[in-house]
Amino acid sequence: MIRRWLPHPLLSALLLLIWLIFNQSLAPGTVLLGIAFGIALGRMFDLLDPPKARLRHYPLLLRLFARVVLDIVRSNLAVARIVLFGKRPMRSGFVAIPLQLTDRYGLAVLSCIITSTPGTIWVSYDSSANILLIHVLDLVDEAGWIDSIKQRYERPLLEIFQ
Amino acid sequence: MSHLDALPPWVAVTVAVLVLLGALFAFVGSLGLLRLKNFYQRVHAPTLGTTLGTFFMLAASITCFSVLHARPIFNEVLIGVFLTLTTPITLMLLVRAALYRDREEGSQDVPQLTSKD
Amino acid sequence: MSHALLDVAIGAAQILLLLAMAFSLIRMVRGPRAQDRVLALDALYVNAMILLLTIGIRSGSMLYVEAGLVIALLGFASTVALSKFLMRGQVIE
Repeated sequence: MIRRWLPHPLLSALLLLIWLIFNQSLAPGTVLLGIAFGIALGRMFDLLDPPKARLRHYPLLLRLFARVVLDIVRSNLAVARIVLFGKRPMRSGFVAIPLQLTDRYGLAVLSCIITSTPGTIWVSYDSSANILLIHVLDLVDEAGWIDSIKQRYERPLLEIFQ
Repeated sequence: MSHLDALPPWVAVTVAVLVLLGALFAFVGSLGLLRLKNFYQRVHAPTLGTTLGTFFMLAASITCFSVLHARPIFNEVLIGVFLTLTTPITLMLLVRAALYRDREEGSQDVPQLTSKD
Repeated sequence: MSHALLDVAIGAAQILLLLAMAFSLIRMVRGPRAQDRVLALDALYVNAMILLLTIGIRSGSMLYVEAGLVIALLGFASTVALSKFLMRGQVIE
């Protein structure tokens, strides 16, 4: 019964939360409409038959989030410095990274992390060879970038999603 | 300027600093769009505006309106959530399109196809 | 005193954001390639959204925040459509 009406409880709860934030009220009508939206859209999402996500290790997820926020601030400053004072001819280029992560949701989160961080961008992912191609703005040492992406992001994502 | 006078001085200063910081990051991002040399370098610049630029401006807006209306107003959070979710998608699609076009033209500056992408 | 400071800060921020929009426009006109123009359009709408937020703070109306949300939504959809177009020459395959 509950499976039928709420196939994705987390998604439905999130939709309700977004609806409440958007309306900035806790009036009964708003809550009721939000619940209706949450249930309806949750069931609609189920029709798409999405692959199942297994989340583990919530504390690690929070730690990863904090680390990403910190990295975004740091690389914002680094890119700002390059734009404002960069005089030397800068070397930027593509880096190929062999991955161990194969879970779709893990890869989706990794792509968001890499692209949201200024200075690195996700270019393409080869699912047969499991090789990720990124572009780096300030490419000083290639091995260092590969290492830091694998250590800082891929390792925790492996533990969370696989 | 009537309604902003209702803000306590320390809030006014905080909002001023946040607004300036946000505008500064957005400005530097667009400056990078103008100054950097090729497309793959330029793609990195606007991310400044969408991450810290928007963050500081949203923080300023939330602080200002919450104090003015004397209750927490965080409508603006939705813009932040939405932007963080969508920016990677647009940039990734754009870079993939650019790479595809460069490969079609046989450019030597981009990595060639390893297998099927 | 602090309110005069806030006034000046918002004014300065708006000038900075207008300059940012002008830079994006210049990049959009200059190109040189189609992907540069789409990227510049993307930056342009984000800057416009941030500018709307400053106008909202100045005028004290929450309506500007909603307008900013709409701009973010439409800008996302348009950039995705344009990227698809660059990839294959068709928006819907």
